[in-house]
Formats: sequence, structure tokens, C-alpha cells
Amino acid sequence: MEIGPYLMLASLEGAVTAAVLALTAVGLSLVFGVMRVVNVAHGEFFMLGAVLAWWVTSLIGGHPALGFAVALLSVPVLVGLLAAAADMTVLKRVSHDPERTIVATIGILYILQQVTLMTYGPDARPVVPPFNARLALPWVEFVGGRPQLYWPWGLSTTSYKLAVIGAATLVLIGVWLGMTRTRAGLLMRATQMDRDMALAFGIPVERVYALVFGLGAGLAAMAAVLIVPIQQAHYLMGGDPLLLSFIVVIIGGLGSLPGTVVAAILIGLSDGIISVFFSPTLAKILATLLVALVLVFRPQGLFGERRT
Amino acid sequence: MLLSTRGLSKQFAGLHAVENVDFDLPEGQVHALIGPNGAGKTTFVGLLCGRIAPTSGSVWFDGRDISHLPAHKRINLGIAYTFQITSVFANLSVAENVELAARRGMRGRAVQRASQQALAQVGLADRQEQNAGYLSYGHQRLLEIAMGLAQQPRLLILDEPTQGLADREVEGFIELVRGLAGAMTILLIEHNMPVVMRAAEQITVLNSGRILAQGSPGDIRADRAVQSAYLGTG
Amino acid sequence: MSEGLKSALVHGGLLVVLFGLQFVLPAYHHGNLARIMVLASYAIGFNVLFGYTGLLSLGHALFFAAGMYGMGLSVEHLGAAPAPALLAGVVAGLLVSGVIGVLALRTSGVAFMIVTLMFAQAGYLTVLYAGAYTRGDEGFVVQQAQRVMMGVDLSDPSHRYFAGFTLFAICLIATLWLVRSPFGKVLIAIRENEDRATMLGYDVFARKLAAVMISGTISAMAGAVYGLLFGYVGASFASVQYSIFPLLWVLLGGAGTIVGPFIGTLFMFYLIDLSSQVTTAYMLIAGIVLVALTLFAPQGLAGMLRKRIWRGLP
Repeated sequence: MEIGPYLMLASLEGAVTAAVLALTAVGLSLVFGVMRVVNVAHGEFFMLGAVLAWWVTSLIGGHPALGFAVALLSVPVLVGLLAAAADMTVLKRVSHDPERTIVATIGILYILQQVTLMTYGPDARPVVPPFNARLALPWVEFVGGRPQLYWPWGLSTTSYKLAVIGAATLVLIGVWLGMTRTRAGLLMRATQMDRDMALAFGIPVERVYALVFGLGAGLAAMAAVLIVPIQQAHYLMGGDPLLLSFIVVIIGGLGSLPGTVVAAILIGLSDGIISVFFSPTLAKILATLLVALVLVFRPQGLFGERRT
Repeated sequence: MLLSTRGLSKQFAGLHAVENVDFDLPEGQVHALIGPNGAGKTTFVGLLCGRIAPTSGSVWFDGRDISHLPAHKRINLGIAYTFQITSVFANLSVAENVELAARRGMRGRAVQRASQQALAQVGLADRQEQNAGYLSYGHQRLLEIAMGLAQQPRLLILDEPTQGLADREVEGFIELVRGLAGAMTILLIEHNMPVVMRAAEQITVLNSGRILAQGSPGDIRADRAVQSAYLGTG
Repeated sequence: MSEGLKSALVHGGLLVVLFGLQFVLPAYHHGNLARIMVLASYAIGFNVLFGYTGLLSLGHALFFAAGMYGMGLSVEHLGAAPAPALLAGVVAGLLVSGVIGVLALRTSGVAFMIVTLMFAQAGYLTVLYAGAYTRGDEGFVVQQAQRVMMGVDLSDPSHRYFAGFTLFAICLIATLWLVRSPFGKVLIAIRENEDRATMLGYDVFARKLAAVMISGTISAMAGAVYGLLFGYVGASFASVQYSIFPLLWVLLGGAGTIVGPFIGTLFMFYLIDLSSQVTTAYMLIAGIVLVALTLFAPQGLAGMLRKRIWRGLP
């Protein structure tokens, strides 16, 4: 295959990564934006989403689409409830102190991961996609100076991958509308702007926090349910989404949903394309260094405002 | 002049917190800086100490331009600053707090001597072994002042030192400042007008970031502009 | 009894007991304790920064690994003898912590934690990427013949115990001296109130950098000795887990105490050792302990001693 179709394929794969990443990162960004805490266990909520999706689909049986639909609706809610419970039992008790919250979420990370290992086991397990038609993609070639469509061998995607992109877009629009048009969104934004003022106005800040923490984790779980038919569920799969979400949130700017989405698209697409040319390990090294250096030299970007 | 500023200005998001201030403080004077809330006193002192970077203008100490020195280097030139909000080292003993302050300028036995003396001056000599965090609020304020004294500074900047002190403690404070007069230069930022009138030799009134008036306590009391801007309302 | 005498008794007593234990412990616990003393030295290094300076790094595995690989690679590829190899490890730690310190100290609080985490992750990935030299995940063995230092075979259990004990004793005494020195007092002052320390005329950045480098170098020394004594150098020692471990040990034992790191390492080592006999998911214990400590005992075991029994515990 020549380079053109190859890049197109890489961009499509990148778009799937970007869609899932945007959901995961928006969850992390929301938590950081409103609660001013970093949830290190975010990747484990993602993992939990994938593992529970496997569990739900294998429990239901029948047509794969049925189980998948149930998983898509129920798993994010389950994970969100679990996260909200963790917020109310653990994070609330350390008053959402930024540093102690990080230590506590590291603990939660290990608890979720290891309990999954004990119950679900060390294997990677697939989930059957609800539909998976192969779609061949055309490319343009010039024959005698005239453009002509043709279908290169191997240049194809699946209907499911396109559906992932579409579903993620819908959910993101939903989050956006929820944040800007609903009462719950208003409470979240008020809390984000000034916690003490929100308290003074009688906003139940603790409940808003639990809601946001649950919502953040639910979005990660939703992303995982979408990706699990492509990627398989494994108890150690939370590391990469956590790292990538960090990168996206830090590059995209604090708590800014549009910034996060743009950064997710950028990182997702370039991840797809870069990995065509570089080893994935080298790409990860560069990405982690980039995050560290952005934080060092542009601290106002993400955490700067917190300095007192 | 021990301390001078020329054209010192600071803007926050377009707002003039301090605007074009020319200020002179001669060696040995007890000088008070007063003004209504939001007059720019705290910003001005922050600019002097290097806690805040100026938008324009310069700060001179002992004939040297210190505008570009970081805070800790200014302190080492002989400026001591006591905090408006009490910020002693809560988990260290009273003696250790003062010794940390003294140790910048001296070594060995002199550190203990200086800190003992400073604690005696503020009347905390009998509480040396206590954790600073366990002191009463008033005593923490006094410890702050002792930390300033222990540095044996040439210029001592006291930011709202009597805030939250009991009347008896305020009396003690005025005595202390009067006793220091002549031995070191003192810049006193104060809300409490009776304290200012009794302790200071010269007064500068800040209003909306500018110097409104300067003079002896008597002059300031008589000044119309000051009365309308500050004394009349508050 | 004066505070100084009490402190000498407590810390000297601990060292005497540890020295004596090698003659009575059964082989299994003898080996464990040797390991614990080296890991506790790593925790002591971490504690200098976290407990005494108030800076929480989530990337100390980078320093531990710098020491370990500095030692291991110079043995493996340069044929260095143990003594110069150890030195290489320590120097590597000093350099790496200097660079990381200069960069990371431009940030504070949560950003500092994330930055150190990211740098350490980049370090871990670099170890994997440079697999041609490091053998990546698999790691490499330091052969018994390469571990004879000045005629002492460090693969021999009793020599190993004594070497671990020596390292631990040096770290313990050095940090005890450090935190009682004027320099140590300034570090504590920075932990308590950084702004106030600046306004007393202390160059806070320079002292925090020194603290990062002291902490990083002690950690690197522990890493180098660990690799040499136990004969294995592998990427897992550079992973996030090894950045979390010292935090766990120090939090459990008591941050900002001299004996805390040892107590925490001892307890956690045996907790994980016992639970790994039951399940492969032994890190569950680490997670539970971390959450429980943050919730119920942020001051740790030695911190409780300090609160209840002896306020002057250094």
C-alpha cells in the first residue's frame, strides 16, 4: 500500500482512539475542574467499565447486541455509583485535600485493580461487538491524468468503529448540554468557580462533589464499554488511559471541556499516526516528558491558579 | 535615606493597587503607614520586601537599588518583616522559631544570645520550650515580633502587629516600639489609630494607592484631606 | 533524662538490636531483614524530602533505579568492580536528582507530585526502550563473581546482612544528625511555612534543591546496594510501584520521624510477604493500608508514639 491510504487508515484508527480518549479525559477534567483534585484511580474506573461490560454481556447471552446495549446503559451507572460511594466514604473524610486525595486515590487504584485480579483473574477477555460490518474504503488514483476511485486492498474499517466515534460524540454533546443547560450543571459550575461562595448560597457542595466524581468515573467506564469490543478487558488496562488522560487534560487546560476535547483529538490522531513511524515506547517517553515539561514551564496552564 | 522608592507602581489586571509612590524613610525613624482598607498598604509593603514584583518603579535600600533582588536577598541586607497573618512555625518550639530567625546573621552562641534577648524583649522568655502552635494568639503575635527583633535588622517592617492583641498587650507593644526607637528603623503598618499616634514619629497616609499626606502625628490629625478620606469615615 | 540522651538510647538501641539479630534469626527472616534494612534506607531517603521538607514526590523510583542501574550497568558493560560501581550508582543518583530537582521545584503541591510521577515514568520507559543495554523488563543478574568487594563476598548471607546493616546505620545516623543541624531545622521550617522561611532570608529554592539531592542520593545509594547485594537489576524497580512503596512505608511508619521509615518498611514487608503466600493480588494490602492511613492515621505509627509518649522524638 502506498503512504496515502496508509495514513488514512492511521487517521481512522486515531479517530477511534481520540473519541474514547476524549470521553475518558473529559471525566478526569471534570473532576479536576470542579473538585480541584487529581483522581489517580481514574484509569481503574475505565478498567472496571471494560471488565463489567464483559461480565454483563457474558451474563445475558443471546444476540451480542442485546448484552452490549444493556452493558452500555448499566455499566457506567454502576461504576459511577461505586465512585460516588468512594468519594463519600474516603475523599470526603480527607476534606478533598489535594495531596491526601492523591494518596487516597492511589490506594483506591490498587484496591480496584487487585480485587479485579482476585475475582476476574489475570486473563484478557473479548467482548463481541454488537455489529461489525466491514466497510471497504475508496482511495483516489490518477489514471492518465484523470482522478479515479479505487478500493485498495486492506483499506477498510468496520461499522462498529464508526459507531464508536458517533456514540462518543453524542455523549460529549450530552455532557456539554448537561453542564450548560441543566440545574445540576449550573450547580457544578458554581462550585467550580468558588466553592465557599457556593456553600454560602446553600449549594450542597459535598453532594455536588459526589455527583461529579461519579460522573467522571462513569464517563471513563462509558469509554471503556465502547472500546472493549475492539480491545479486550484486562485488569491492568487502566494505566494507558490514565496516562493519556493526564496528557490531554494538562495540554488542554484546566477543567476546560472544549480544550480537553480538542487536545484529545490532537493526541488521539497523532498517537495513531506517530505510532506508524515511531516505536510506541519512544512515543510514550516523549509524551510523558512533554506533560512534565508543560507543567514545569507553563504551570499557569493547569495548576498555576491554585498557588496561594 | 535607609529606604526609598521612586515611581513605584503595581497594577493587578488593570487596577492600580499602588501608583507612582515616592517614599523616603530616614535611618532611625519610627514611621507608620496608614490608610483605609484597600488603600494599597499590603501591596506596597509586598513591593518593598520583594514578595510582589512591581509593574514599574524602583526600591532603594541603603543607597542600593534592590528592585530586582528576590525576597530572601533583601531580607539578608537587613530588612525584617513580620507577617500580618500570624505565621510562626507551629510544630517547632518558641526558641527554635526565634533561632531560625537569628541564624541568618550570626552563628554559634550569638544565635542563642540574640534569641534569648529578643524573647525577653517581648516577654516570652518563660515559654521557650513550648511548641509555637500551642501559644495563644496574642503570644504568637509577640513571637512574630521577637523573630523580627532577633534578626537584628536595620529596618523592621511590622505588618498590623497589634491586630487581635488585648489592650494590655497593645500597651506593652507601644512601650516596646518606643524602646526600640533610635536603635533601628521601624516601618509600622497599622490600623489602630491610637497606637499610630503614640508610637510613630512620622506618618504616611496611603489612599487608593497614592500618598495622600505625610507628616508628624499632629500634622496628620489636623489634615483635612486625611480626615475626609480616612479618619472621618473610620 | 535529656532529649539527646533519650534519642541516642532509642536509635542506638535499634541499631544494637538489629546488629544482634543476625546471630539469632532463622535463615528466612535473616534474609528478609537484610532486605528490609536496605529498603528502609530507601525509605529514609524518601523521608528526608517528604517528612522533613514537606515535598511529596511520586517519582522516587527514578532515583532508586538511577543508583541500581548506575551500579549494574557499570558492572555489566564496563566490568567495574563493586566499589567503583557503587560510586557510579551514587553519582548517577546525584546527577539525576539534581536535574529533576531544578525542573520539578519550579512547581509545587499537586503539580510537583504529577511532574515527579511523569519524570519517573519517562525514566521507567527509557529503561524498557534501552533494552539492548538494560535487558528491559527481564533485567540482568549481577554474577556472584562480580559481587566480591575488597575480598568480601556480598552474595554470602551473613556478609549481606552486615552490608545492609552498615548502609542502614549510616543512613539513620546521618539523617539524625541532619535533622538536628541548623540546615535540617530550615528544612522543617520550609515544611511548616515556606513563605515565612523566605521572609526570614532563607533561599528556599536552594535548600529544597539540596533536600531533593540528598534524598535522591540516599535513595540511589539504597538502589545500588540493593542491586549489588541481591544480584539482580530489573525494570520493575523503576516502575510506579517502587515510587509508591517508599510513600507507603514512610506514611505507615510515620513521616518526619527517624525510626518511622524502618518501622513502616518492616511492617509492610511482612504484610505483603504473608499475603503473597495467599494470593497473587498482594498489592491489595498496599491499597487498603494507603487508604486507611490517609483516613485514620496520617501521622503513622511513630507519629502516634510522638503524640502519646514522647513529643521530642526526632
